[in-house]
Amino acid sequence: MANPGSEDDTPTIKMDEPESRADGDGVSGLEQSREMTPPPLPPRPTTANLGLLDDRPTTADMGSLKLPKRTSRPHLQSQATTALSLTDIQIQSRGESASINSSPVSRDPSQKRSISRFGRFVNSSEDDSASTRSYAPTLDVPYDNVSMLGDEPSPAWKALNSQLDIDESLQLDEAFEDPLSERITLEFDDLEVRAGNGSNETVLLDQWSAKLKHFFVLSASGKPVYSRHGDDHLVSHYVGVAQTLISFYQGANDPLKTFTAGDTRFVMLAKGPLNLVAVSKIGESEAQLRNQLESLYMQVLSTLSLPSLEKIFSNRPSTDLRRPLQGTDVLLDGLSDGFTRGSPSTLLSSLECLRLRKTHRRIINDSLLKVRSPDLLYGLIVAAGRLVSVVRPKKHSLHPGDLHLIFNMLFEAGSVKAGGGENWIPLCLPGFNNTGFLYMYVSFLSPAEAAAVASSPVTAERPRTASDTEHTPSSDDLAIVFISPNKDAFYSLRSMRDSLITSLAQSKMLAALAAAMDAGRAPCSSILPGGTPLKHFLYKSRGNVQFTMPSFEPHFAGPIARRKLMTLYAHLHEVVHVRNSHLKVLHAVSREATALAWVTPVFELYCVAGPGVARQTVTQAANKVVQWIRKEEERVFIIGGAVF
Amino acid sequence: MAQRMQQGGRPGGARFAQFKLVLLGESAVGKSSLVLRFVKDQFDDYRESTIGAAFLTQTLALDDQTTVKFEIWDTAGQERYKSLAPMYYRNANCAVVVYDITQASSLDKAKAWVKELQRQANENIVIALAGNKADLVAEQPDKRAVPVADAEAYAKEANLLFFETSAKTAENVKELFTAIAKKLPIEQASQRGMRGAGGRPGGVDLGRREDAGTAGGAGGCQC
Repeated sequence: MANPGSEDDTPTIKMDEPESRADGDGVSGLEQSREMTPPPLPPRPTTANLGLLDDRPTTADMGSLKLPKRTSRPHLQSQATTALSLTDIQIQSRGESASINSSPVSRDPSQKRSISRFGRFVNSSEDDSASTRSYAPTLDVPYDNVSMLGDEPSPAWKALNSQLDIDESLQLDEAFEDPLSERITLEFDDLEVRAGNGSNETVLLDQWSAKLKHFFVLSASGKPVYSRHGDDHLVSHYVGVAQTLISFYQGANDPLKTFTAGDTRFVMLAKGPLNLVAVSKIGESEAQLRNQLESLYMQVLSTLSLPSLEKIFSNRPSTDLRRPLQGTDVLLDGLSDGFTRGSPSTLLSSLECLRLRKTHRRIINDSLLKVRSPDLLYGLIVAAGRLVSVVRPKKHSLHPGDLHLIFNMLFEAGSVKAGGGENWIPLCLPGFNNTGFLYMYVSFLSPAEAAAVASSPVTAERPRTASDTEHTPSSDDLAIVFISPNKDAFYSLRSMRDSLITSLAQSKMLAALAAAMDAGRAPCSSILPGGTPLKHFLYKSRGNVQFTMPSFEPHFAGPIARRKLMTLYAHLHEVVHVRNSHLKVLHAVSREATALAWVTPVFELYCVAGPGVARQTVTQAANKVVQWIRKEEERVFIIGGAVF
Repeated sequence: MAQRMQQGGRPGGARFAQFKLVLLGESAVGKSSLVLRFVKDQFDDYRESTIGAAFLTQTLALDDQTTVKFEIWDTAGQERYKSLAPMYYRNANCAVVVYDITQASSLDKAKAWVKELQRQANENIVIALAGNKADLVAEQPDKRAVPVADAEAYAKEANLLFFETSAKTAENVKELFTAIAKKLPIEQASQRGMRGAGGRPGGVDLGRREDAGTAGGAGGCQC
């Protein structure tokens, strides 16, 4: 997340687009993609020309469809063909049915599964190659896994397989991924409590290592600061190993950034006095994990601010940072679990808005401006994690990373909501300014209740009564968030909130908000009537730094289905965003799903349909989504917001 | 200024007064749990740390004629929030300083807060010392780290109200807040409130009274 406080002045909602990995300009592919890879890479046996291609498949590999990829082992020269076919539409195929089981894209998500299933059999040899691989040039390359496994079906098998009954192959797949699915359901459980005599050490260790994802934060001197799973006792050895690895390479002025071991990817991020480490077995890319680490780092900054973090360590490099960070574990856990669960918002670095009529949104914006306190910097109305309205000064924008931290605090970590009162929270918004603190007023209320209370027209009477304090906020509640640079502004922002509620009640907007929140996200089938083949989609408006999507129901209601969907999206996203990919449309097919990614300067669209859906059908559906967005743009996105 | 919003007179109530209360103490001693018990009569076994500070209100009927409304600042106990504390106790009429009777060090922290309040806060501030987590000691007496007598002696010497409380079992929670309310200058507050309310509903400004009390030391009633 770069450019803090950048100020582009388009009439949009003004969130800084975080540095996007999307647009590599066509520098020589090799160098570019490698700059993210830590150890210098031994040259590949390719010509310059091939180098370009070589680089592309990484990204494109999955991306580009299928054919080449699946027909070939990644390291084979035939890849070149793929590369060449990198035109706008990457679909080419021998008939839809042929591609069903073989597309590289969806292959990748399932690859992780296949890894875990294969691991058992190939253990020793795989381990070996894995550790070798840590230094190998292919580190960054997704198809690394492929070659490691060597389980890519041969073209002949694929052709054969395409004749198979779809149902059967589906079942096959289900069976394979069961272990992973099971583990995901346990992923967020706490470890057992350590027995006083340490007798359950082994159990703890088993539980700990069964976690699919770990995050660690350690100080530059190697002291543990945060670990998602396990107490100090359990993680200290591992933290020690991580620290040794990190400092070994740092000592050589060649910092370690990532390596893989079997199905596990390790990513390191050094940020000032801290080192952050992510360990993932769910097949995320280095870039995705790196983003997640950046976000955890932003959370640390948000608690302490950069100058105080630096001061702490410059005074005493061996300081135990857990003390100053005390109580923020819930926030870091919330972020970590969000990443593990898979959040479209993080993936797309953008925010979702509550779908609301344009006129309603305008009335709400006007109300915000009308009641604005002079102490206000930013004001947000948020409904169940979705933005309803933003009020902001003309020359300042909101960084999506900052908003993500705020949303995480309000909707993932329970303590703010659980208190049932109003809150006054000092925090640093690193995207806005990482050196200072702002003060955030937060009040949760249920719109229906607020409407009832505020309808008593005595303006001087505060709409805060017994029923108010007794009410336990739920996720369906509206959060009113006002941010001020002034630490004494609580009462003035509080009275602003009262005026706002009164105003919204008078204009009947509270009822409108309640209705919009009740309506929730529309299912795909009602957005695209007429029997759409799509099961889900993500549409990101790049200019507005916002996205919209249909409801996860009915197809992706459960956590496992949702994680699988998000993994698929993550892979699509990764493929179309690799530097130099220049990929505009990606059509991907697997045993379980047919997917389409479509990237233009204006939007990014990712669609998922069931298996065996014809390419043309998906493409048509995607076009319908775009048409729908065009029609609904001012409802599903905040265009401009309230600016003062 | 903030209190300008607040209402003094309550229809039918003979005496009504509103006071600002602040909770202070080391982290994890149970400040938020005490407030949750007092305000909502609930208890969470697992409660996450307070972030920043929470603002809640609760009214308490002292008798048929007297109602007291508390505006409560529940502050976070972590060290990093310490510099913000003056903002919360600056105009407070009363304070609850909480320690954990199973953690001796938390009483030291509480003593430091009392000292700071007596030095920096409103000179008429009513301070109560609350030794929380009495339920733990009831279950396992050997968990007690602070003897009642010690805390009591300190409270007496420092002129504090003192209770051992349990947010979990509700023991002494209401008693604590009631004792504070009884010590507060209700008569004075409500008289002003009544006068204002009698004139025109909505016109009362208890906040001004509080400010005046703070500045002029007119609060009286510090027994």
